[in-house]
Parts: sequence; structure tokens; C-alpha cells
Amino acid sequence: MSDSTSTAGSRAFDIDAIRADFPILKRKINGQDLVYLDNAASSQKPSQVIKSLVDYYEQTNSNVHRGVHTLSIEATDAYELARTKVAKFINASRPEEVIWTRNTSESLNLVAATWAEANVGEGDNIVITAMEHHSNIVPWQQLAFKKGAELRYLSHNDDGVIDLAGAGSVIDSRTKLVSATHMSNVLGTINPIAELAALAHEVGAVILVDAAQSVPHMPVDVQALDADFLCFSAHKMLGPTGIGVLWGRYELLDAMPPYMFGGDMILEVTYEDANWNDLPYKFEAGTPNIADAIATGAAVDYLTELGMDNVWKHEQELTAYAMEQFLSMGSVKVLGPQDPALRGGVISFIHDTIHPHDLGTALDQQGIAIRTGHHCAMPLVRSFDVVAAARASFYIYNTKSEVDALVNGISETEGYFSR
Amino acid sequence: MTGGTGGLGDMDELYEAIILDHYRSPRNTAAVEEPDIDLEVNNPFCGDEFHIQLKVEDDAVSQVGITGRGCAISQASASLLAELVKGKSASEVESAVDAVRRLLKGEEITDAEADILGDIEALGGVRKFPVRIKCALLSWVGLGDALRDHLAK
Ligand SMILES: Cc1ncc(COP(=O)(O)O)c(C=O)c1O
Repeated sequence: MSDSTSTAGSRAFDIDAIRADFPILKRKINGQDLVYLDNAASSQKPSQVIKSLVDYYEQTNSNVHRGVHTLSIEATDAYELARTKVAKFINASRPEEVIWTRNTSESLNLVAATWAEANVGEGDNIVITAMEHHSNIVPWQQLAFKKGAELRYLSHNDDGVIDLAGAGSVIDSRTKLVSATHMSNVLGTINPIAELAALAHEVGAVILVDAAQSVPHMPVDVQALDADFLCFSAHKMLGPTGIGVLWGRYELLDAMPPYMFGGDMILEVTYEDANWNDLPYKFEAGTPNIADAIATGAAVDYLTELGMDNVWKHEQELTAYAMEQFLSMGSVKVLGPQDPALRGGVISFIHDTIHPHDLGTALDQQGIAIRTGHHCAMPLVRSFDVVAAARASFYIYNTKSEVDALVNGISETEGYFSR
Repeated sequence: MTGGTGGLGDMDELYEAIILDHYRSPRNTAAVEEPDIDLEVNNPFCGDEFHIQLKVEDDAVSQVGITGRGCAISQASASLLAELVKGKSASEVESAVDAVRRLLKGEEITDAEADILGDIEALGGVRKFPVRIKCALLSWVGLGDALRDHLAK
């Protein structure tokens, strides 16, 4: 890998120093130290990101792309610099391929409403996996209904691993789009995106990657994956809420119709007609989320300094440690790959006797935040013949002693309910 | 951590002994044959679901069966509901449902209502856990309406 896309990092991965950057970790919850294990839902923010928001509003606040005055120029430069940082972070070939959206869901809807609207017709099919988040199911279901197209699913085995051998017969000459999560937010499975991309490209289809759970946690290189579209949310990677990214290959984005109409996305407007601005502005109608884009740049800086290789290594270690403890507990069943090497730092589990909501409340009383419910993946969770699961998910600031606290919290809860 | 009965924080306020008892041994879970009212309720937020069956004779509930899956709170609540509605008329069930709603929101209930609710008052502990109110109410919502609709037939 060239120096410009290095994922090694320039700052030591010092967990105490990292934790000190996150003001919220000093909070007490129900009188206990906060143990935050709901990172797959949303991560916490370091003071560097929070400061970037405050600095912007205190020093630079202005509209972008429309003034000749100093503040507008500075705001525009900062906004575009953040785009460049994101482009480099995922190794996009040019910054214009990075479109700011509100979140992963909006990025997916954008592709459904523009590219797929124009390219999917009656009798065509769209292929997704059976482990998608609702955000990567429902837009395609709706599109398929509307177009008379078919929505197909790639299956996975009991361990949550995609049946790649079977994928070749699901993806066929009528497939226009393959859309798959890079890492499952329920099973933790890391999917073979490059292989799926090859299968898609063989039949002339495009591949979209839901990278909401991968970009925050591992090195992601859109060119190495040979992806066509890739989506993620800043709030899951130390950044603010309300901003996300759609990356797309330039030729695809360039040929797509706009998503929304209005200011900034036009080149020229007459009373009769209008024509569209160049990329990326064609897809950024109206005043964008300037402050949060800039803060996303600060989040990318933070992760880049740590190095995504190190981030990934840390989470792999924690996951392996947690899996070992979970598997030896006996009373819980972990969903997804049992081999830590095949998964990311998301561990969904079902307790023999304690319902996830009761467990969630009991852990919260001990200061431990986990997610409970269907995880926006109802069909998947139901396929395990349960209606809800508990989920612990890790990030850079989590420690082995927090894993211990979770395991201990579960056994305290067992004790409580078996009184 | 607070002491008490081995409780974790405020857990004992939510999971009173009577709640845990109904959770572990739910009452009236047998299916009702040829039910007059057959109701499926579910909470899309957590996926919990219950199946409520009632037989109505002489304008009062003569048999009840509730089965389903859910957390300790929703299961105990369903079991308590089943005990309560037996022998009650539609209007009595409706006022009980109304009293439970107010109880869970932390509003006043009268002494007379407290008498009718009996053990159900223990559900009031969810007040301190607002996200769990839905669990406690799950099997109660819709029941009053269903009874009224049935009697209007
Ligand atoms: C895999 C996956 N896709 C999509 C989403 C949706 O992200 P957002 O809610 O930020 O749009 C999530 C977040 O929960 C996710 O985990």
C-alpha cells in the first residue's frame, strides 16, 4: 500500500490516553461508572470532534459556495477539506465521488431513488443478503414493488457465513444490483465483498456496500473492494449525528439523475428549465450540514492518527476475549460466527432464561449500556426463532475489564432472577 | 450497589416479588376452546407478542387464556390481567384497563380502584422505568375495545 493510503497510524494506541479524550466516559450511570457497549448503534465522540463543532460555530460559521467574504471562503475550504479527508480515508480516486448525506439510510435511499430508478426494470432483480439492516431491505422492496422487479436474498449458514458457492446461481443475467452489508450489525459477520463484486460485475450488475459497521472499525479501500457504491454514517465513527456519506464511482454518479432539486445543485436556471451542477454538488441540494461535515473530518483525523489497522486489531482482541468468556458461560448463545477471526466487534446473544429487555434494564442499573431488541433486522432476528436479542458492541475506548464487567453483570442478573 | 434482597440498583422497584412470581408461573395459559374474542397483540419495538383468548357468557368473561413471549414485565402483566378479567363485565374490564393506564403513568387511582386491581398495583413500579411502560401495557391495550366490539355484535 502506498504511503498516502497507509492505515498504520501515527499515534500510539494507548487506551488510557484514548479514554481521556472522551468526556462522556467520566459519567456515572445509576451511580456506576459508564460501560458503553452500544457502539454499533452510535459511538461516543472525542473532545477533538466536539471542539471542531464549537470552533466552527465560534470562528467560521457562514454559508458555503456562495460568498466572496472571508468567512464564507473559510467555511467552504473547511467543508471541502473534510470531503477530501473522507475520500482519502476510504481510498476514493477523487473527492468528487464523496457525497454528503444525512446517514447511511439516506445514502441507500439516494441510490434507490436515482440509480436504481433509472436502471432497474420489470423482470430484473436486485440481490441482497438475508442479514441486512432494514435500511438496506426496505428501499429495495419498495423499488421492486414499483418496478415489477424481484428482490432476491443470498443465504447464510447457521454460523452466519454467506453461502458464496450458492451466490453464483442467485446472481444472474437479470441482476442489476447486488447490495450487501460489509459487516452485519447483528451477527458481526464480515462479508466477502470483493468476491460478491466479482460475481456482480461478471453479469454486468453493480455492487453497493453498506459499510455502516465496517468503515468505523477496519481499513476500507473502495478500490480494493472493487465496489461501485458504498455508504456509511459519521455518528458510528466518532463523528456527529445527522451526517453520512455516499461514495460512488465517478462515471456512475455522473450519469445518475439528481436526488433533490434546489439551490447549489444547479448550474443554470431559467424560467423554463435548469441544468445540473457538477459532482458532488449535483447531489447536495440546499445549504448542507457544514458543521457536521467538518467535524466528520476531525473524526477521520482521529481515526487516521490511531491507524485503522490498530483500531481493528484492538477490536479483534476484545472480541476474541469476549467470545471466549461468552462461550464458556453456558447460559448464553452467541449469534453469528463462533470463530472470532470471522467477525467484527459486535456480539449479539440470547440468554437461556432472561429476556433481553430484563437483562438490558438490569445491566443499565450497573452502568452498562447494551442494545436490546430486533436491531433493525427483524427478519434476521426472527430466523433464530426469537423476537429479540441483546447486543454488546465495542470500539476503540473499550477495555477487557469492561468485558469482565459485562460478563459479571450478566451473572449478577442471573442471580437476581433466580432468587 | 444497593443491598435489599440482592437487588441491583432500583431493580426491586420494578421486579417486585409478586411480578417475579407471575413471570415464573403465569396463570391461565391454557387455550380457550371456541373463544369469543381472539386477539393478537405485539410490540413492534421489542417484538414481544401475546395471544389473548376470552369466552364471554351472560355479558361477563367466563374463561381466559393468555400465551405469548416477552420480558418478565410483559409476561407478569399478562398473567395478572388474566386473573383480573375472569368474571368481570365489559364495563368493569374497561374501567380496570383505564385504572392500570393511570397507575403506570404515575397518576392517582382511587381506593376503590386499588381494591379492584389488588396485586396489579405492583406493576406501578415501571413508573421509574418509562421505557418499560409499554411492556406492562402490552396485553391491556385493545382488550377493552375488543370486548365492547364483541358485545355490540
Ligand atoms: C449495517 C447497518 N446499515 C445501516 C444502518 C443505518 O444507519 P443510520 O441509522 O445511520 O442511517 C445501520 C445502523 O444502525 C447499520 O448497522
